[in-house]
Amino acid sequence: MLKETNVKPIEKVVVRFAGDSGDGMQLAGNIFSNISAEIGDEISTFPDYPAEIRAPQGSLSGVSGYQVSVGKGVHTPGDEADVLVAMNPAALKTNLRYLKRDGIIVCDVDSFTAANLKKAEYATDDPVKELGIDPSHILLVPMTTLLKSTLADTGMDQKAIMKSKNMLALGVICWLFDRPVESVEAKLKKKFAKKPTVFEANVKVLHAGWDYGHNTHSSLPTYRIDTAQAEAGTYTDVTGNTATAWGLILASEKSGRPLFLGSYPITPATDILHELAKRKDLGVKALQMEDEIAGVCSAIGASYAGQLAVTSTSGPGLALKSEGIGLAVMAELPLVVIDVQRGGPSTGLPTKTEQTDLFQALYGRNGESPLCVLAAASPTDCFHMAFEAARIAMEHMTPVILLTDAFIANGSSAWRIPEPGDYPEIHPNILPTEILEKGWKPYDRDIKSLARYWALPGTPGAMHRVGGLEKDNKTSIISTDGTNHELMVQSRRRKVELIAENIPMMEPMCDADADTILLGWGGTYGHLLTAANQLNADGHPVAFWQFRYINPLPKNTLEVLKKYKRIIVAELNTGMFADYLQSKLPGKEILRINKVEGQPFLVREVVEGVIEHMKNNA
Amino acid sequence: MENNNYSASDYKNSQSARWCPGCGDHAILNVLHKAMAEIGVAPKDTAVISGIGCSSRLPYYMNTYGMHTIHGRAAAIATGVKTANPELTVWQISGDGDGLAIGGNHFIHCVRRNVDINMLILNNKIYGLTKGQYSPTSDRGTVSKSSPYGTVEDPFIPAELCFGARGNFFARSFDMALQTTQECMVAAARHKGAAVVEVLQNCVIFNDGIHSYFADKEKRADHTIHLVHGQKMLFGKDNSKGLVQDGFLLKAVTIGEDGYTIDDVLVHDAHCASNFLQQQLAMMDGHELPLALGVIRDYQAPVYNEEVWRQTTEVQAKYGYTSLRDMIMKTHETWEIK
Repeated sequence: MLKETNVKPIEKVVVRFAGDSGDGMQLAGNIFSNISAEIGDEISTFPDYPAEIRAPQGSLSGVSGYQVSVGKGVHTPGDEADVLVAMNPAALKTNLRYLKRDGIIVCDVDSFTAANLKKAEYATDDPVKELGIDPSHILLVPMTTLLKSTLADTGMDQKAIMKSKNMLALGVICWLFDRPVESVEAKLKKKFAKKPTVFEANVKVLHAGWDYGHNTHSSLPTYRIDTAQAEAGTYTDVTGNTATAWGLILASEKSGRPLFLGSYPITPATDILHELAKRKDLGVKALQMEDEIAGVCSAIGASYAGQLAVTSTSGPGLALKSEGIGLAVMAELPLVVIDVQRGGPSTGLPTKTEQTDLFQALYGRNGESPLCVLAAASPTDCFHMAFEAARIAMEHMTPVILLTDAFIANGSSAWRIPEPGDYPEIHPNILPTEILEKGWKPYDRDIKSLARYWALPGTPGAMHRVGGLEKDNKTSIISTDGTNHELMVQSRRRKVELIAENIPMMEPMCDADADTILLGWGGTYGHLLTAANQLNADGHPVAFWQFRYINPLPKNTLEVLKKYKRIIVAELNTGMFADYLQSKLPGKEILRINKVEGQPFLVREVVEGVIEHMKNNA
Repeated sequence: MENNNYSASDYKNSQSARWCPGCGDHAILNVLHKAMAEIGVAPKDTAVISGIGCSSRLPYYMNTYGMHTIHGRAAAIATGVKTANPELTVWQISGDGDGLAIGGNHFIHCVRRNVDINMLILNNKIYGLTKGQYSPTSDRGTVSKSSPYGTVEDPFIPAELCFGARGNFFARSFDMALQTTQECMVAAARHKGAAVVEVLQNCVIFNDGIHSYFADKEKRADHTIHLVHGQKMLFGKDNSKGLVQDGFLLKAVTIGEDGYTIDDVLVHDAHCASNFLQQQLAMMDGHELPLALGVIRDYQAPVYNEEVWRQTTEVQAKYGYTSLRDMIMKTHETWEIK
């Protein structure tokens, strides 16, 4: 059937689903990305939702979006959408700016009622004309009418019928992208296993959508997405937050230390708590404490008792936890702190993404209190870096702050489930019997790593006290001696520096021999890599590296960076990582590309920024 | 019940306590060593967690596991220790400032959750370590460095806060009543769940004599009552006085006067589910009615850490996943790429 239409092969495509919070846009988007992943596409998704849980229906503030990118070489959910699915006039108005100039719109024309137009603050009764949309690029689908006629003989009430509107839209999208509706049916069957009538209604509506697209708009160019070549293995779809939770669980399995989470709900980090609470089925203890401080403090207690202890939060919560983290620095206990960054300061933009907690992570404590800071680069990398955070914390006896962000935490990707041998064993620095027997003191250190030993309560003969007061480096009892304090300060600093011996080196990607290097850190990886590839393809040679180990930096960092004529740091803040790097590379000007709009970079912003710096610093 | 396996010195380390001479903390520390010996849990299975303040230095004088943490957070940290390793007997040591001001939130939630922790609140009604400011238990009108004209706020009564947080164990003693303090500590340790022990304590430097009105030797008989579960509520010299019910309230009477006989005197029931009478007993302040000492409430309720472990074990057994990978393969949608 599809042969009759004009199927246009392209490598990747971006679809943005937009509607009221209750329109099921996320489900439609999710199914679309999952059926694409099953045929080998790379996928990347990005939910863009309002801070309000249920803003008034049809209003501008109530619109939530869900963007998916599928195809080959997908590293981001895409700057701009090829297709926008808008379920009402408000969604059309607020999301049009995310659509490519020649993009296609699929819209429910039945939603253009006087009431809806008023709620969405239109001046006229013709939204298409008012917004300046080319009529040849918009599919005005009478979704409500179609729904009603399709389900007329099911006896369902109006409210129940309207619930499957998202499947009508998905049917149209499947037609547009040559996706088999049968795969969608399989997903729906699973989802509505206990509600066969709902399942049947949704399938009918799905087909109705596909048929509508096929029968009425065969003249519009439709897409076909070429599939990617992915590494062999078993895959599933994960969000960054789920991946973070799972990385911690694997670290627990690889270290033999039970996993303990002390947390408090906060957007956008709460899903980590949700996932770990579910994972009681794997023996995880996830405690929802009375506040952020109790979250970190219960974790410190669990760490002292010998567990892999974690606390999860976002920026404002990290601020509340800082005294607790300082205690873990002083008591030299392993502790993983996950900060899912959001827009700040203060309550800021709770549902939007930023990289503005870097300084807080590095420096946000009283006294000299260095600790390890890591950052995850993508939804799937959250798994890897959560594992790394736990490994470093337990092997080096230090708190580790892992920075992710709203963008990668809520975004999802297809993820290859690690095979049993893929990850190494973790060796927590637990007090060995031979050292205990030699007259061990609590602040004795491993000669190589300078890590204190972890003496677990219950161990005979190792009864000891730790705490926030400075201790004598030899006797481990309270000391206010100045010389001793400086020695302890240096030991704690050196201990963190020595983690560099136990992390991967920096190895520039793309054109490593170029005289310009583009640098980023954490969750901007996808956008920056895409930008670097594009720059090289367009004849602007650049090297590229994304830092995930922030403190300490990979030990060859400064040596590698000295080779480049131009060093450009792109980040979603006003220049924190650039300042940090500048302090270590005083002889070289660090060039910057910054954005603080609560949204990820657009690839073109980075490309243009790099070209601009190349021009100005010839 | 004397346990012969350990003596008080097994819980004591070689550090000499650095509190002011005459401070109530010295006596409380000694009693704690003795109580621990009586309880008989090995030093290696005991953890003492404190916050910040004079009394919070206590873990440094123990030969057990211990943490001297940050201001106000001992209850939260102790919750983590106990939930992570329920085999440990966990003690929390806090003063009135640490436990009820900066740490008030953690205190009420630890009590509400009913975490199996022995929470000692050493109440001297003053901030000592910061050199003499009023605390949340200082009486209205207290003159201190931060209230030179007297405080204009009401204090917390720790027992009332404990009951408000749905506490299931509350006992009270004072620093000079060594036997009673030990009795309270041992009962707290034997109680499963959050057990609050308030020890009223003298600060010789900043609040000397604050408890004299009931604690002085010649005043104790008439101004305190030692409650024992199952026994008549008698006090006074030769137990000549008793507590009787007067409407919904309590009244102190002299037996043989005004028509009251020994049969009218109430019998203490610490194990009663309703805390109505126990609250009234705990609220007696030692002025009109005698200050209640001993175990006032000791009621068994579901214990948080046990429930966490029970649920975890049950859920684990129900699903039987062998690893993270096993769980993902069995519960998530997966696909193969070859």
